[in-house]
Amino acid sequence: MIMGSNMAECHPVAFRWPLKAKTDHGAVLMHVDPRFTRTSALCDIHAPIRAGTDILFLGAIINHVINSERWNSDPFFKEYVVNYTNAAKLVNSGYKDTEDLDGVFSGMAKDGKSYSNETWSYQRGPKPAPAVAGAKTFTDLLLQRVPGRPKTDPTLKDPNTVFQILKKHYRRYTPEMVEKVCGCPKEKFLKVAETLLNNSGRDKTSNITYAVGWTQHTVGVQIIRTAAMLQALLGNIGRPGGGVLALRGHATIQGSTDIATLYHSLPGYLNMPDGRKNHESLRDYVLTEAVPLSTSYWGNFPKFAVSYFKAQWGDAATKENDYGYDYHPKITGDHSHLPMFVHMMEGQIKGFFAMGQNPAVGGQNASFQRKALSKLDWMVVRDFYETETSVFWKNSPEIRSEELRTADIKTEVFFLPAACVAEMEGTFTNTQRLIQRHDKAADPPGDARSDLWFTYHLGKRLKKLYTNSQNDHDWPIKNLYWDYEPLPEETGNFRIKDEPSAYKVLKEINGYTWEDKKPLPTFAVLKEDGSTVSGAWIYTGVIPAEGKNLAANRQGDEWISPGWGFAWPANRHIMYNRTSADTTGKPWSEKKKLIYWDPDKETKDPTGKTIRGLWVSPFGEGIDFLPTKAPGFRGKDNGIGFDWLSGNDPFIMRPDGKAWLFAPFGIVDGPMPAHYEPYESPTPNLVYKQQSNPLAKTWFIEGNPYHKVADPKYPIVISTYRVTEHHLSGTMSRWLPWLAELMPELFCEISPELAGEKGIKNADYMTIETARGEIQARALVTRRMRPFTVNGKTIHEVGVPWHWGWQARAEGDVVNNLSVLVADPNVTIHEGKVFTCNVRAGKRGGVSRG
Amino acid sequence: MAKGMFVDTSICTGCKACQVACKEWNGLPGEPSHFHKVADRPYPIAFNFTGDSYDNTGKLSATDWRHVRFIEQFNESRSEARWLFSSDSCKHCNDAGCLNACPVKAIVRTDMGNVFVQQDVCIGCKYCIPACPFGVISFSEKTGTVHKCTLCNDRIHNGLGTACAKACPTGSISFGEVTDLRKKADARLARLKGLGFAKANIYGYKEAGGLSVFYLFMDRPSVYGQPEAPVVPQQRLLPSTAVTVASAVVVAAAALISFRERGEKKKEKEVKL
Repeated sequence: MIMGSNMAECHPVAFRWPLKAKTDHGAVLMHVDPRFTRTSALCDIHAPIRAGTDILFLGAIINHVINSERWNSDPFFKEYVVNYTNAAKLVNSGYKDTEDLDGVFSGMAKDGKSYSNETWSYQRGPKPAPAVAGAKTFTDLLLQRVPGRPKTDPTLKDPNTVFQILKKHYRRYTPEMVEKVCGCPKEKFLKVAETLLNNSGRDKTSNITYAVGWTQHTVGVQIIRTAAMLQALLGNIGRPGGGVLALRGHATIQGSTDIATLYHSLPGYLNMPDGRKNHESLRDYVLTEAVPLSTSYWGNFPKFAVSYFKAQWGDAATKENDYGYDYHPKITGDHSHLPMFVHMMEGQIKGFFAMGQNPAVGGQNASFQRKALSKLDWMVVRDFYETETSVFWKNSPEIRSEELRTADIKTEVFFLPAACVAEMEGTFTNTQRLIQRHDKAADPPGDARSDLWFTYHLGKRLKKLYTNSQNDHDWPIKNLYWDYEPLPEETGNFRIKDEPSAYKVLKEINGYTWEDKKPLPTFAVLKEDGSTVSGAWIYTGVIPAEGKNLAANRQGDEWISPGWGFAWPANRHIMYNRTSADTTGKPWSEKKKLIYWDPDKETKDPTGKTIRGLWVSPFGEGIDFLPTKAPGFRGKDNGIGFDWLSGNDPFIMRPDGKAWLFAPFGIVDGPMPAHYEPYESPTPNLVYKQQSNPLAKTWFIEGNPYHKVADPKYPIVISTYRVTEHHLSGTMSRWLPWLAELMPELFCEISPELAGEKGIKNADYMTIETARGEIQARALVTRRMRPFTVNGKTIHEVGVPWHWGWQARAEGDVVNNLSVLVADPNVTIHEGKVFTCNVRAGKRGGVSRG
Repeated sequence: MAKGMFVDTSICTGCKACQVACKEWNGLPGEPSHFHKVADRPYPIAFNFTGDSYDNTGKLSATDWRHVRFIEQFNESRSEARWLFSSDSCKHCNDAGCLNACPVKAIVRTDMGNVFVQQDVCIGCKYCIPACPFGVISFSEKTGTVHKCTLCNDRIHNGLGTACAKACPTGSISFGEVTDLRKKADARLARLKGLGFAKANIYGYKEAGGLSVFYLFMDRPSVYGQPEAPVVPQQRLLPSTAVTVASAVVVAAAALISFRERGEKKKEKEVKL
């Protein structure tokens, strides 16, 4: 099932594989989407839903599944769900559900803007006696703070079990409700639900694939959680052919999440030191972050954290100075893209680097963002072409409409030419965490340089500038460990001789012993005493020995291809794959065999003692479990990490070892996903009194007006998206004549019904309007767009791809002039997939192009 | 050992990677008629939006040797909903109209079976253009010659497949020996028929003496803009020759008769005289 994704359009190369599954193995492909797209065209079933109603649709599948005869009679589902999910865990009896409180959960703050998650917690047994008396190390500190085991009811009968809560939570999510709210015919919904159910079990697995069609919502995180819960209930996680596949937005987005271009995360998913939390010292940081997770593999958090700080400052990072922790930057709030531009508008941000980014086109409420750029002192743009961002001061719509005057803009803009991917060496990390090395094919032209070159030489120059500084706050720059000088053979064939060594960067990310600089083969050998460094623990093993780069491996096979590249962690392609075997360790079926427990296999432990029993992997897949842990093993109550986890706790990164159908913590807007309308919606919420996500991030500031619920001025739903022919804001495509001519101009997809109502003719110009701005587009009148009947009323949707701007060979208005700053509360992703607008025939007024 | 391509439209996603790969490998520019100059712009701006589904290039031309068609088949209620894609190019017919029409033998068939226009021989007479029943071959004002897909003549003679097949992300375009490709196509057709796609058909086994670039269509060829029964001029050669011969015989007979009559009349006149 592909949902929240137009995979054929936006991931055309990866789409090869679902198609191959269809043509070679008879897989059924389903597409759930408001529009009939290139993806729908290749799928067996297309179920149309109104944009932003995904949780209701998925929640209704959950309701359908757990009340179905098959799910209740096939013992597979019960064995999987009782043992591998948290269905049997008992939740605090003070918990109140959205069914009790008409759309909100217990723990809501007085202002209605945040939750306390106290009542969402598990009921637990008594705290165990600590395994250690004194605390010499961070690990000892964690060992003294192990909580009691969560209480369970394996019969799933107790009303406080997660399962009973889930059952009640989704009881009103029926096929009839789907038809009424999502506008999807009941029969189509049932076809999808039944297909998923019948294609899951011992012998079969189903996969769910999504992309930014799910993330870009004020309930984005919760939509994805609903899918994960459904897959856990169907026994589709950790098994071949199952899972929830997140298609990433563009090349190596996965890599830049892993190596943390995100403001709140250090490389390897360690939380960023945060001025708002108890992160005063390294000890506080470790305790705050690791105690709640210590009974998972995150019990090794101190080793990951110290190795990271050691990688930053090398010899200068010592036990005495907390490995430089005090010198590390801390965040003080939400510094993600939208709030950053709000702060920029307020004049709080002085300088800005735009590297591989074009916010003048791609930013939500783009006019707001372009005006914010004018408040900067300086801006550096590194790109291949003169992007709209780099010339906002010269010819943006705001300049042409005289809202801004070039002479008044004080921002000093530096435009630096960038190399493209074939002109640099490095790695890509793709959707399924696969790290692949790529070669440099040629030198970039003229002064163009790689991002790595720019960052490294900028760092070198800064270090030089601060060499003699006596200020303590310059310590982090002065002591930054910064050695990526190329080896002669790395640059030998090229004109540019000072291109830094991509190998050395990856080696640091991988980690090595500080003393003798030997690469580490696995993160299991990381230490918390400063003897090891690792830039990002999850990548450890990609360079297991000097000169050996597994990211360059190119041994493919017909299936998992463990010899192709390197999938973090530890070359595990299917995470949590302990679930591919049953509770006794046997494969669920021959067809779906992946790893299994061989009780007779013998190995030696480090002391030479023989251990009987081993998890084996006939296809070379990395085992996402302790290989010597028997299925029947019972974890130590006072242990941490692998010691605490039992033989039937496959989800080793969760502190209870289970897949979460209910999130006791970690998600700010509720332990279970509930249907909320998009922030701007043409209809009241027909499921709860609570209209939209109460925790949605909003900015009630000048230049960012919102539409009312069912606003008569803006009755039409609009989605923004991409087409195959262009890439994101068009920097890599609109300048190329070959691509420009394939999709030359901005267009708006509109149904014949709405076009007829508004007098809009195919290929003519039409205008789309929101309170933020108006744009013109060529009309593409097509039955691939359809009106939805919601609660008896017709709701129209239009769709616009957002690639165009006023520069380059393919021009068009900036679609994001229409969108608004509003975001998901967990990750601050904008709601670009659904908001409201109005349309009319003809060109808009005002300045042209942009 | 004829080389060719099998285009399985049932797994085409309409991504147009084939169009771009073709232009890149063959050094073809953007189609000049798709761009226009705009005051104060440093480069020509594309303005060829058509409103015909996702197809903005419209047809094959001297600079567009590949073209992807988009066919939307929806009824008003959307209970019937299909969006068909098909990537079109020169079919490298076994019985090639263009080749036979060329008066200077600029169009040749190579040892690999592909039909190739020799740019240094072409005199730009355009006789080949109406001779192609598929509308493939096009004249360029810039070069004064005709152009079309070469089946990547340079690539295939150096052990590579065609650029479009190489770029096709789903394997919808496959390159190889025509006999092998036909086996693959037959298997695919049988599978689709088994799944209930009654209208699925192979286009190119019989047409124009067999096409080296042939298609699996999900609907009638005319839905994809292809002639249901393409006729190359030389197929009319025998009947037209026969007609010519027959007419010649008739004319000759008529002439003989008329001469004879005239002769007889003359004789009559002579007699009268």
